[in-house]
Amino acid sequence: MSDASTTESYAPGTHPDLPPPLLESGAIYWVRKNLLSSWTNIGLTIAGVYALWLIVPPFYDWAFADAVFTAADRSECQSLGDGACWAFIQERFTIFIYGFYPEAERWRTIVTFALLFVAIGPLLFDNFPHRGKAMLFSLSYPFIAAWLLLGGFGLTPVGTDEFGGMLLNLIVGITGITFSLPIGIVLALGRASQLPAVRIICISFIEFIRGVPLITLLFLASTMLSYFLPPGTSFDLLMRVLIMVTLFASGYLAEVVRGGLQAIPRGQYEAADSMGLKYWQSMRLIVLPQALKISIPGIVNTFIGLFKDTTLVIIIGLFDMLGMGRSSLADAKWAGLSSEVYISIAVFFFLFCFAMSRYSLYLERKLETGHRI
Amino acid sequence: MASIDTPAPPSHSNRPSAHSDSGDRNLLARLWYDKKTRGVLLQILTVALLLAFVSYITSNAIANLELLGKTFSFDFLSEPAHYDINQTLIEYSSKATHLRAGIVGMLNTLLIAVCGIILATILGFLLGVLRLSPNWLVSNMVYCYIEFVRNTPVLLQILLVHGLVVHVLPKPRDALEWANISDAVFFTNRGVFSPMPLPQDGFGWVTATFVLAVVGSIIFARWAKKRQDETGQHLPVFLISLGAVFGLPLLAYLLAGSPLGWDIPELKGFNFRGGFVIRPEFLALWIALSLYTAAFIAEIVRAGILAIDKGQWEASLAVGMSRSRTLNLVIIPQAMRVIVPPLTSQYLNLTKNSSLAIAIGYMDVVATVGGITLMQTGKEMETMIIVIGFYLSVSLFISSIMNWYNNRIKLVER
Amino acid sequence: MKRILLGAIGALAMGATAASAGTLADVKARGSLVCIVNSGFVGFASTDKDGKWQGYDVDYCKATAAAVLGDPSKVKYKPATGKTRFTILNSGEGDVLWRNTTWTFVRDVDVKLAFQGVNYYDGQGFMVNKKLGVKSAKDLDGASVCIQTGTTTELNLADYFRVNKIKYEPVPTENNEESRRNILAGRCDVYTTDASGLAATRATFKDPENWVILPEIISKEPLGPVTRHGDDNWSDIIRWVKNAILAAEELGITQANVEAMAAKAGNNPEINRLLGTEGDLGGMLGLDKRWAVNAIKAVGNFGEIFERNIGTKTPVGLERGLNALWTDGGLQYTPPFR
Repeated sequence: MSDASTTESYAPGTHPDLPPPLLESGAIYWVRKNLLSSWTNIGLTIAGVYALWLIVPPFYDWAFADAVFTAADRSECQSLGDGACWAFIQERFTIFIYGFYPEAERWRTIVTFALLFVAIGPLLFDNFPHRGKAMLFSLSYPFIAAWLLLGGFGLTPVGTDEFGGMLLNLIVGITGITFSLPIGIVLALGRASQLPAVRIICISFIEFIRGVPLITLLFLASTMLSYFLPPGTSFDLLMRVLIMVTLFASGYLAEVVRGGLQAIPRGQYEAADSMGLKYWQSMRLIVLPQALKISIPGIVNTFIGLFKDTTLVIIIGLFDMLGMGRSSLADAKWAGLSSEVYISIAVFFFLFCFAMSRYSLYLERKLETGHRI
Repeated sequence: MASIDTPAPPSHSNRPSAHSDSGDRNLLARLWYDKKTRGVLLQILTVALLLAFVSYITSNAIANLELLGKTFSFDFLSEPAHYDINQTLIEYSSKATHLRAGIVGMLNTLLIAVCGIILATILGFLLGVLRLSPNWLVSNMVYCYIEFVRNTPVLLQILLVHGLVVHVLPKPRDALEWANISDAVFFTNRGVFSPMPLPQDGFGWVTATFVLAVVGSIIFARWAKKRQDETGQHLPVFLISLGAVFGLPLLAYLLAGSPLGWDIPELKGFNFRGGFVIRPEFLALWIALSLYTAAFIAEIVRAGILAIDKGQWEASLAVGMSRSRTLNLVIIPQAMRVIVPPLTSQYLNLTKNSSLAIAIGYMDVVATVGGITLMQTGKEMETMIIVIGFYLSVSLFISSIMNWYNNRIKLVER
Repeated sequence: MKRILLGAIGALAMGATAASAGTLADVKARGSLVCIVNSGFVGFASTDKDGKWQGYDVDYCKATAAAVLGDPSKVKYKPATGKTRFTILNSGEGDVLWRNTTWTFVRDVDVKLAFQGVNYYDGQGFMVNKKLGVKSAKDLDGASVCIQTGTTTELNLADYFRVNKIKYEPVPTENNEESRRNILAGRCDVYTTDASGLAATRATFKDPENWVILPEIISKEPLGPVTRHGDDNWSDIIRWVKNAILAAEELGITQANVEAMAAKAGNNPEINRLLGTEGDLGGMLGLDKRWAVNAIKAVGNFGEIFERNIGTKTPVGLERGLNALWTDGGLQYTPPFR
């Protein structure tokens, strides 16, 4: 075979592909193409490697190699290693997750979140078994969750002031997300409405919400909302926060949905009109299904933003995960471990939000196929 | 999709049948079925509901204020504030009024917003371009950075950066050993101290030259553009303007005999005295907000560049332009049209996020009017109205500027 | 949209608590007392590892709950910063404020709060590291000063330094914890707050012996409980619970002997009246006859609360000083139970 004298002849077009030249394939080629293709490229690579060298090894040493995972207090940590003191996080872990929620009742929060996954299943995946019936459960989920978390009707009541930690972030985030969606859609429709009064009101509301920082709205909730209620009444701080967060998110969602509405070609509206559909019929059957589909990535992004913003509740004195972390820093036994606390909370949020943003990308790609003008 | 067959029946019985029935129905129903009147009715109903709601909450508020024995008035603004603020752009002492304290806070908010927007834009464009770089390593490093920053709460980042600034930078007494640049600029956890220029006699000439150079450059740039349009000749406008704006004042400065003194910070007692100070709270907030917003801007820039048709790249490269020239002259000007609207909302977000200053003790408008003044006077309603009104006007101002800019670059399109 | 809003608000208002019948009725109906406390201040109000509240002010909350509801554990604690405390009280979210709050004219008259006396006489001081070699507050020219924003200390500081022509850089924070972190990191040279607060903060340092509290006390800080304007019955209850705790020390009633003394009327008519074995002072307040017994049994008398939380044997290590009984040369003095 390897004998050079043997020659074979091929009919035109039937010659098998030869392997590419050595420098045009494999790892070397990849490196040349992606890292060293030009002088600027080489410079960038060197700068990149240098930056990595500056960041990664010290961080690895601090977070893993020299870190202490079990210790009774800060001084023991320091004697065991000069890296991060994760023992602190380990000790406080449950309080970061559950806040002040009574220990005996914590199973209820776990059940609530287990059910949450069951409830969002049919909303996220088209091919969920028995999707129709499962949807009913999804719709009733907020009430079930409220019952489980707050108690009553056979369960020990738990006050909202005992909510805290990650539990609080999730409650505020998920409630805000769930209830802001319908309000946001109504606002977006109102903004696109042909009735000037409705339009002006919706625009003012949306612009007001979007023009003001969330923390001033939260301040409003904590300081001023009770002024606007009949004298002598007041309701729970968490409830007020939930209302404000919902209104806040709905302002942003309205803009996302408006983008979707504008992307629907006029022909769709006209076709719906010419079929004799009433306004709500044409919205429900023709316009919204298409508009919402386009705006799903934007909606998910709003949700991510909202979830991150749930940390702001510490400014009005609720103890979310960040608040728990900060207050635990007050412990004299563990003084000075703020980096450990902040980084572990950052990792937690990253995991949640990154997963959501991946999902939004997946949707974007899935929806890319049709409905693009 | 499925909707096509369901609504068919009503479409038949639309106009004529409604007319034939109209005799039987009463006036209200007839009005209701007329699209125009229904619209008017709906609007009246909406406005009435809104007014009812507003008057309801207003009457509640009045009743509540009365119950607590409070009044609604802005008189407190003219009373002395009695508290000190550590970063003031205008003259302020604890004897100044609450109004002045509020203005100090507003200026501090505006300062952080402007500085943050500038730095975030520069970083964001840089990161966005690097993200698209053909270099695999750099592109992926930028990707990791962007994803990490975008997916963690900004409050957390502010706290983290503040912690780093306060804990890593040395105390003033240790700053003499390290963290100083030629004994003039000192990095301490009380702030960054640098020499402050003190204009002396004759410095007016330098300022005048600078103004002249700027005006001249603008005229020159217009003329050069016109010339290029007519003759096709390209002049290095940017370099010449740069030279004029910086070179001429420098020349004037030397000719006038260097009329500039420097106030160099010195360690006296507890702290450095003199010089120009950037407080650590400002520094932390500035860095954190810029890094955070830059990650979002980078994604916007990337999307904007990717939105430009590949043919533009190919055509430009085929004409013989280099990659960076293509980017600067062909791609980015077109991409700006896609970039500007979302960029506006990032600028707004940065401004609004600056209200988180309160978490690290930077004295912005929320901390002064909405914080200490509220606390000392107990005027919740009035102070919150001021704070909200301020943010709304800033938001409107930024949106209108960006809308103007957006319209201007839109004209380039056709 | 507005209809949704109105509906939501209507629905919520139904679930909301109606406070019109008075705070006492609300507390009794709710079965718990909502007590506004400091969000973290060792010795006065702080949480331990299991999230349980403890401290000087917390003990007063327990005493109030014991007097009103007969059970010191029926308290919900509402942590507040210097900035949020009054709005929480005024909005009806909390029933009473036991949070080292200074009684001032403006707060009492203009901010419309009702101060119910003084349970701790304090004054604003300064704390610095020994290494700085500062002997007096007058040496602080050019220093960076950590303060808690929204407190009277912020105003006293501005006044004091302006009068003495001392330049300084204020470093404001939201709460004691952040100030503590700032001074440990060297962000500021000196920490100023109530002297009790300085001692409490110093107790949490790793090297308390290296920190000194300067001799100057620049203000009067009478700290005491606060209620809302306009509910006189509730205000009476808070004021007299505080007085009962103090009277217990004056009269020699302690946590240990209160039950025995309340079992039958003794020789001292004031003790009898206080403990409900003679007359019905509790009934006049709308409380149980044994209100004071319950309160004292729950937390002890003034001296016991003091020594347990902030006294010389605790890490906070405060002397009685101004807070000694008037018979011992202090300022603590209660009106008679008659």
